[in-house]
Amino acid sequence: MDRRDFIKYCGIATVGLAVGKAGRILAADKLLEESPLTASRWAMVFDLRKCLHKDGCTKCIDACHTVHNVPKIDIPGDEVKWIWKEPFDHAFEEQQNEHLPEELLHAPSLVLCNHCDNPPCVRVCPTQATWKRASDGIVMMDWHRCIGCRYCIVGCPYGSRSFNWHDPRKYLTTIQPDFPTRTKGVVEKCTFCSERLDRGLLPACVVDCPEKALTFGDLQDVHSEVRELLASNFTIRRKPSLGTQPQVYYIV
Amino acid sequence: MRDRGRILIGLLIFLILMTFPVWYNALNGVSVMQEPELATKNVPGKDKCVNTAEYMRQNHMNLLNQWRDTVVRQDVRVYTTVDGRKFNMSLTNTCLDCHPNRENFCNRCHNYLAVNPYCWDCHVDPQDPKVLAAKEPR
Amino acid sequence: MLEKALSGDRKYWSWLFALCGVIFIGFLFWMYQYRNGLEVTGMSRDVAWGFYIAQFTFLVGVAASAVMVVLPYYLHNYKAFGKITILGEFLAISAVLMCMLFIFVDMGQPFRIMNVFLYPSPRSMMFWDTVALGGYLVLNVLISRVSLAAERKGVAPAKWIKPIIILSIPWAISIHTVTAFLYSGLAARPFWMTAVLAPRFLASAFASGPSLLILLSLIIRKVSKYDVGKEPIQKLAIIVTYAMTINVFFILMEIFTAAYSNIPEHLAHFTYLYFGLDGKTALVPWMWVSAILAVLTLILLINPKTRHNEKILVWACAAVFVSIWIDKGMGMVVTGFVPSPLGKVFEYFPTITEIGIALGIYAIGFLLVTVFYKIALSVRKSIA
Repeated sequence: MDRRDFIKYCGIATVGLAVGKAGRILAADKLLEESPLTASRWAMVFDLRKCLHKDGCTKCIDACHTVHNVPKIDIPGDEVKWIWKEPFDHAFEEQQNEHLPEELLHAPSLVLCNHCDNPPCVRVCPTQATWKRASDGIVMMDWHRCIGCRYCIVGCPYGSRSFNWHDPRKYLTTIQPDFPTRTKGVVEKCTFCSERLDRGLLPACVVDCPEKALTFGDLQDVHSEVRELLASNFTIRRKPSLGTQPQVYYIV
Repeated sequence: MRDRGRILIGLLIFLILMTFPVWYNALNGVSVMQEPELATKNVPGKDKCVNTAEYMRQNHMNLLNQWRDTVVRQDVRVYTTVDGRKFNMSLTNTCLDCHPNRENFCNRCHNYLAVNPYCWDCHVDPQDPKVLAAKEPR
Repeated sequence: MLEKALSGDRKYWSWLFALCGVIFIGFLFWMYQYRNGLEVTGMSRDVAWGFYIAQFTFLVGVAASAVMVVLPYYLHNYKAFGKITILGEFLAISAVLMCMLFIFVDMGQPFRIMNVFLYPSPRSMMFWDTVALGGYLVLNVLISRVSLAAERKGVAPAKWIKPIIILSIPWAISIHTVTAFLYSGLAARPFWMTAVLAPRFLASAFASGPSLLILLSLIIRKVSKYDVGKEPIQKLAIIVTYAMTINVFFILMEIFTAAYSNIPEHLAHFTYLYFGLDGKTALVPWMWVSAILAVLTLILLINPKTRHNEKILVWACAAVFVSIWIDKGMGMVVTGFVPSPLGKVFEYFPTITEIGIALGIYAIGFLLVTVFYKIALSVRKSIA
């Protein structure tokens, strides 16, 4: 960006701020192919130890659910969740170790879509409304195509998928214009913020975590931060014996 | 033709029922086509649409379907027009940026033609009160 | 040929009108569900499939069971089934149509169902199930139509239909095998992930379908002069006896494997099914009723004295039907979700809407069976 552009953008930003919609105008003006974040294989490392410091913090969850217009539905069983906290002994049922340190045993552990290398949800979908992106391994969803048969929910071993039993708009008090809502009758889940990556931004949960407990990066890049964390820490994954190859790693 | 009276009454009832949609709409004023409102906002650098008005009138639905598929399924987000201009493929942030009034731009024709595309079940109208109520976009 | 369904006595028409009434109420419930979405059902993020899919699974079995009359009649030239084969085929057609309707009402976006054909996905078992069911419907419509038309003219059916009939035999097996594969290929659901699921589905199908066919034949004997005869009913009863015995055997195999291996994620489902889990016991009374009925029917069916007595046989067949309806429907489908992969025990109860829609679909099935049987019997009567 040269000096003239800089001044121009400053001008636009000032006008934008005046109407309180600066980000929106900039986002609309900027061509999305200019500076995307790309990788051969996106993965996430979650440091449970850091997260435990902040008892009751929900910043990552709030960030994700706000930017993606995820409705807050309090009816038991009907919730829509992209990322949430699950007690450690539920998130990692296969551990079956009741003598873990007390603070770890029921530790609220972040769970989200694992963006498996071998995703069962993709295998079972009868319309290819969900698929693993060849370029970077993100398990995507096409909400235009989903017929709402819920076979993917049945096939997912992690409970990561939510169905819109209700019209989500009824439960949204505010709507972000940069991302669509969903309609009733389709399945949704975490997308590793593919739309933010296209704008050159890291996933919302990663950015908003005050403890920097979430790290996002390219697993194929030996020098990436995620690879360095995996090389220097003991990490576990959820239900590895099923062969799904989850791409969310936990430092415990 | 003993049953002439009955047959005629039957035919009359049939005709009334068959033409019901026509005169019902006529009485309710729906059948008067209102011209859609085209560009209502001048956006810098976007003085022209992605294609001619003629083309858009006939093919906007195909173009939008194509945009939908390229963005969602191929992760290509920028559209290059025939004359080389570039646009982000976005219904909310590109189309409605120049044509902000969905009611007058989209719905006028759609209502008249009784088509009900599902775009707005999910895609967001920037004028929606819930959008205006949102805090700073992130 | 359809005009044969338009002449009947008062009882026939009242029965049809009553069914139409139930269908209409079911349709109203469906309109309500379509408007509001699946929030009107009792399903949840934990129990993602419920009453509809349970009925679907059970009815695929009823449809497949037509093979139990088709195979002896056409492959082994077992003449005694001559009068009952067409009834089996018509029952299969009605059951397949009910299956399709149950899938349709279970969709979150029912009018996008064509996406299954627009974007065919051979990796999905649901795609193959659609192909199998659709094909089976076409086969049975063709076979019953051609053979009945030939019968009406008093000639032998065209030669080309024979290979199609032979094809329909493995096809019937395939529809239920693929339906079992919908479940048994999922690593996420240990309760279903068992190789014996497809054989068990077939065994329960060959018990529940023929017992329904026996009941229908006896009803027909009562309301019309058409009698399929004593021999085919007794033959079907033997088929039901063997199939039910094998079905119960398979269930016991499942319980042994889960209980003796003591792997919690397998055992928990059976515990929930028969004893309840975390104090949640919605299915327990149903499952015990199913188990007790299963034992009772085995006693009544294996003992030749009771089996030969048609009055007792009726009750045995009804009990087989109910026992399998519980076990293979709600018992099989819902328990796959309890506990959930996250160890949650969240129970499912169908709502009035779900039951209303299901009754509507069953009424459509009964209407079709009635009309088809009426046609078949009228053709038979006119040539007799």
